[in-house]
Amino acid sequence: MMKRDECFRALARHITDQGVVATYSSAVDWVEIAPRALNYTSIGAMGLDSSHGLGLALGRPDKRVVVLQGDGSLLMNLGSLVTIAEVAPKNLVHFVAQNRTYEANGGHAIPNPQVDFASMARAAGYAAVYDFSDLGIFTQQVVHVLGQDGPVFATLHVEPSKPLIYDYPSLYDPAKRAAFKTAWQS
Amino acid sequence: MEAGAASVDATLRLLHGSRIIAAIKASGIEYVLSVPDIVTSSGLLAPIAQDKALRLIRVCKEEECIGIASGLSYCDKRSLILIQHTGFLDSLNAIRGIAVEYGQPICMMIGLLQHDPNFAPRASPRYGVRIVEPILDDMGIAHHLIGMDADVAKIQPAIDAAYRDSHPVAFLIARSPE
Repeated sequence: MMKRDECFRALARHITDQGVVATYSSAVDWVEIAPRALNYTSIGAMGLDSSHGLGLALGRPDKRVVVLQGDGSLLMNLGSLVTIAEVAPKNLVHFVAQNRTYEANGGHAIPNPQVDFASMARAAGYAAVYDFSDLGIFTQQVVHVLGQDGPVFATLHVEPSKPLIYDYPSLYDPAKRAAFKTAWQS
Repeated sequence: MEAGAASVDATLRLLHGSRIIAAIKASGIEYVLSVPDIVTSSGLLAPIAQDKALRLIRVCKEEECIGIASGLSYCDKRSLILIQHTGFLDSLNAIRGIAVEYGQPICMMIGLLQHDPNFAPRASPRYGVRIVEPILDDMGIAHHLIGMDADVAKIQPAIDAAYRDSHPVAFLIARSPE
């Protein structure tokens, strides 16, 4: 079993000009590890991170988009797997950190904590699908995952993390949304 | 004479999908995001699906449209969400968070399912239709009733204003376009 922040540190070493869509616990970890204007953390409704990512990928096919979603979020928007696979943006990489809990809402279990998201993404029609539970293998393969034609899906099997501080005013800061837009359009 | 008056009245009450689609294109819309709606199915969605000037994105659940439209807006790409009022009601939290609280240009064209266009929506015998305009008012979302061809002129200025000032807008389709 991996730790989410360790996975994100391995990922961050290969993030350059990609737009990164992250929410809730994933966003808290990500903005601490990789604070940058091209982080998009203003989602407004749980589950829509994958849909925001699709919109960004559609609108800028010349750029790459990385979605860092939690398992609880994806469960709230499972249909987005089918929508994304149908639209088939080559520039979208969709990670789901599966810690088997609604971590931001008290750590309660998700329905069926063992649910197999990778199989769902494969059946939906993603171009490439991965399932990682070993940090060494993830670290070795992350460059390939990020660089290949999408839509790419990868489950990261992680432990629930230590209690996090959710600074929502910062994550939802209008100035950060404006900075993202400027950076994304450059 | 009475027959003539009736004929004029009937003409005034026509709503052509082709005119709505022309207004959508004139507004700079590139993407239409949709879950099928029986009110707009044949008059709007079917021709839009065949129209090479518009890219139709078929989604599984109306709420997805709000996220996709928001993402596109960060790319300065204009989109229109084409759904029925049941899907609008189902998406209220996303509309609250993204369209209203974040002030995003989310443009929605909403078919009023099973609405009798002889009634004002607020006076509809159907509860689901009757509550749509009051909800939009409470949320502070600009809305326009599109019930006849003369109403189509409202579309382009409202979409332009939504993108210029970054706010949501809703068009309520009161009858099935021909």
